[in-house]
Amino acid sequence: MIELYLFLAFILVAAIIATEIKDLLAAVISLGAVGFAVAIVFILVQAPDLAIVQIVVEVLTVVIFVAVILRTTHVDETIRKKLSGTQIFSIVLYAFFAILFLIVMFRSLQEMPDFGNPIMRVASEYIKLGLPKTGGANLVADVILDFRALDTLGEATVLFTSAIGVVALMRKSGRKK
Amino acid sequence: MKGMSLIVKTITNIVIGFIFIYGVYIILHGHLTPGGGFAGGVIIAGAFILRFLAFGKGAKSEKKSSTTASIFESIGGLLFVGIAISGLLLAGTFFLNFLPKGEPFYLLSAGIIPLCNIAISIKVGAGLFSIFLALAAMKYVMED
Repeated sequence: MIELYLFLAFILVAAIIATEIKDLLAAVISLGAVGFAVAIVFILVQAPDLAIVQIVVEVLTVVIFVAVILRTTHVDETIRKKLSGTQIFSIVLYAFFAILFLIVMFRSLQEMPDFGNPIMRVASEYIKLGLPKTGGANLVADVILDFRALDTLGEATVLFTSAIGVVALMRKSGRKK
Repeated sequence: MKGMSLIVKTITNIVIGFIFIYGVYIILHGHLTPGGGFAGGVIIAGAFILRFLAFGKGAKSEKKSSTTASIFESIGGLLFVGIAISGLLLAGTFFLNFLPKGEPFYLLSAGIIPLCNIAISIKVGAGLFSIFLALAAMKYVMED
């Protein structure tokens, strides 16, 4: 389990670098490192379906980000300006609530059962009935496309909405000069 | 968009077919092995994006590809909802697995799950490609 914690620490470091670095291209590459580390973590906790999706989506995201950054600007000008009083106040407030949240989280996580054990009631039904009810060998596909197909329809709708939003924002016709 | 050097173009020509076939494999075996419609659709969208980045075309062709991608995304969504509604019409439940289950671990098994995978892959691939076109071709559209 030690490698899992190593990767989680790596994710934290890379995420902090991604938000704090001034060059946007370097920030995008750090973001990609976060994504690939998440994919490795998915493999370590035995979720190959999620790992595949995470890898391909991460590749696509980094490519789109790089394509956009090469066409616009390289430098993030909001970083390392002098902080104003309200900004310092909000950072202190945020740190206070984050530490409070972490303490509560730590206390409640100690009460949790171990990872993947015992299996929850709904999940044990899916595992028991997945193959005989649907005939699909991949249990994840059985769950997302048969038992919970309505969820997948909602997810498809979310993607459709985001595509419509992006295309409508970047449209050419009807735009004022 | 101008496109990249000769090396990138040649390598793209060699590799792109394999990427496409791998995406189709991931989609069609979605009910047997890890993967499925979403992952395979993203891989196929990646193949199209690679072609677009390596070769590049004028602004006119970008608009045409964008329209085609939108049409395909709508077709995928309608297919998915159509499968769901045919379950409602033929057997009385939305998203019912009304096709025969077949032998497990074979390519033709699991009823509607492979069909749903194909519909989702068309939808996801075309949707992500149209998002990429809208974002990456943005400058050219705005300058016209």
